[in-house]
Amino acid sequence: MTAPATAVRCTYREAIRAALREALLADERVFLLGEDVGPYGGGHGVSLGLYEEFGPERIRDAPLSENGFTGAGIGAALGGMRPIVEIMTVNFSLLALDQIVNNAATLLHMTGGQLSVPLVIRMTTGGGRQLAAQHSHSLEGWYAHIPGIRVLAPATVADARGMLAAALADPDPVVIFEHGGLYNVEGELPADAGAVDIERAAIRRAGTDVTVIAYGGTVPTALAAADVLAAEGVEAEVVDLRTLRPLDDATLLGSVIRTHHAVVVDEGWSSVGLAAEVSARIAEQAFYDLDAPVARVSTLDVPIPYPRHLEQAALPSVDRIVAAARATVGSS
Amino acid sequence: MSEGNGSTDFCMPALGADMEKGTLLEWYVKPGDPVHRGQVIADVDTEKSAIEVEVWTDGIVDEICVPEGAEVPVGTVLARLRPAVPSAVAPAAPAAPAKVPPQAAPRVQPKVQPPARPRVQPPTRPAVPGAMSAAPRVRSSPLVRRRAAQAGIDLAAIPGTGPGGAVVSADLERALAGTHPQSAHQQAHQPAPEPVPEPAAERTPRPRARRSPTADGMRESIARLMTRSKREIPHYYLSTTIDVGPALAWLRERNAGLEVTERLLPVALLLKATALAASEYPDMNGHYVDGRHHPAPTVRLGVPVALRSGGLVTPIVDAAEQLSVFDLNRRLRDVATRARQGALRASDLAEPTLSVTNLGDQGVEAVFGVIYPPQVALVGFGAVSERPWAHDGLLGVRPLVTATLAADHRVSDGHRGGLFLTAVAERLAHPEEL
Repeated sequence: MTAPATAVRCTYREAIRAALREALLADERVFLLGEDVGPYGGGHGVSLGLYEEFGPERIRDAPLSENGFTGAGIGAALGGMRPIVEIMTVNFSLLALDQIVNNAATLLHMTGGQLSVPLVIRMTTGGGRQLAAQHSHSLEGWYAHIPGIRVLAPATVADARGMLAAALADPDPVVIFEHGGLYNVEGELPADAGAVDIERAAIRRAGTDVTVIAYGGTVPTALAAADVLAAEGVEAEVVDLRTLRPLDDATLLGSVIRTHHAVVVDEGWSSVGLAAEVSARIAEQAFYDLDAPVARVSTLDVPIPYPRHLEQAALPSVDRIVAAARATVGSS
Repeated sequence: MSEGNGSTDFCMPALGADMEKGTLLEWYVKPGDPVHRGQVIADVDTEKSAIEVEVWTDGIVDEICVPEGAEVPVGTVLARLRPAVPSAVAPAAPAAPAKVPPQAAPRVQPKVQPPARPRVQPPTRPAVPGAMSAAPRVRSSPLVRRRAAQAGIDLAAIPGTGPGGAVVSADLERALAGTHPQSAHQQAHQPAPEPVPEPAAERTPRPRARRSPTADGMRESIARLMTRSKREIPHYYLSTTIDVGPALAWLRERNAGLEVTERLLPVALLLKATALAASEYPDMNGHYVDGRHHPAPTVRLGVPVALRSGGLVTPIVDAAEQLSVFDLNRRLRDVATRARQGALRASDLAEPTLSVTNLGDQGVEAVFGVIYPPQVALVGFGAVSERPWAHDGLLGVRPLVTATLAADHRVSDGHRGGLFLTAVAERLAHPEEL
């Protein structure tokens, strides 16, 4: 290891772009495919400038046909390429569910291990930007339900920078959820930042009284809630799941076993969601270490509203996380 | 009621099939009071009405477990009773030791009255009716249960400050350290729990003595029961018109020599005839529970009484087939009056085995009723009215009543129902045998 170069400040969006650029430079089999990823620079501006640098062969605009171009990505992966498919939002990815769930996730198993699908699919998720119900949902839990794919949710600039390389190195399909509310978030990044581990959850803040489990866009919310709680004398430990499938039981259960209290934060809806899965694992594996029922803070069971005040009321907030944590540790 | 260590638990009774919880309105006794079988010792408010509740064992009130004003689920221990030591025996014992049978094992008799409580309650445990005394088990977290088991500690002795009054690990740590529920850590960010929360204080105006039940509560209760009935019970309906001329003639004759308050009401004859017929047809009388019919040994009639405030209650006439029509008549007047005053007792509301509804006062001709689960039939009578009627080939004007049967098709078929309804008519044709 060389001595770390000077750290640079960059946004989550710039970190992903840097990761894309690095991947395109490192491996000629890598190419980016998606709606408006070329001269326009991508629906969220992530690929801005890459078309000019790498040309139309490697930064390929796709028609508005998610199932079609995702299928093309699967075909290219089967043919030896390392495609990165960008889908503008998770809502639109529902049009590609057939290719993702029925093909990408199954082929390794259905061919007895003969065909793997080294495909990376990136998509934007989450609400909070007044884009209304058809562009704001968090359906990470749907993908985390499917065996055969790995599901990642970078919450920090470092993970935005490092998860893509790790995903490309995975011989099987990986879906990366980029939270739309995080693109402009800035963070410190070592100049030589590279691939990160995609097996383990991370403890973003250590604490002793309650474990707050979050992922993606709710991690900063959970950290802000932990600050509020700390001022009241409640030390919250914030666990960032990072990898939604397969879940890192050891890290999240280890934390709950230390604090005996758990609040699961999920921007998906609570019914039959990721938070329900995490809660069930805690109940199954850490029951005798619980000092209070597991609490969930999820998006209310409504399509994400357009008006700002209603949208904010529906999404997990600092206040709701603080209230849930207070109730579970009995300091409400 | 359950018994153990010689003590008896006096529990919140189920005053009707639909009752899930009740509010303890008023205690008529206090710890130390002797009580005897059949004595009314408390007033309980159900969603339907205020009910006086009797105790069914002799004894002495040892402990009042639920304060006035608290709403608790059916089955909650309201008070504990200890056996009454016959006053003649205890003082006499030292004077006459020879009377002790020689085989009797030497028993340690407490010399001092009253005898020691069978269970010593830790004085620190707060009474939290909604949470702790409602359930026989202590609310506690899994972590606390594991640690307490390891440490050999009885959680019942530890006051809980967690969600819903649960014992949480902080409570256990305090108990192990022998400190009071206000450690420095707790004071930092937790409002100190009240030493003895007064649940009645949290409730909006405390119900005082008897009050009319809330119309909403009763409506909800009726809605729940009737919905269950229509959902679960496949009803079939039969109807017959009965000539009650002979019965009314007999009634007039008998009433001629009676005080007004003693006079027989026509409904008494209708009820008696129904009870006798029901004892003949057990598939109309009893309860459908756990997928089968349990015929009842006697006929306990439920008689719905409409209340002025709306809704209804259903007091019972027990063993109606065995009562004389005069006794039945008296019983009916008594419960109907007390139902309207809101002065029914728990025993007035024991589970009926067959209900009889009488809407004749409202002038309707017939009533096709909804069976009260878990009963299996309901008999309805409309108004007794004079109508044209063919009898022995001649058209005449006769007093008629339409009797109807709503019965549970899981238990009986229309054939049996028809026989039963005909039996009611035949009984009414021979009033002197009622």
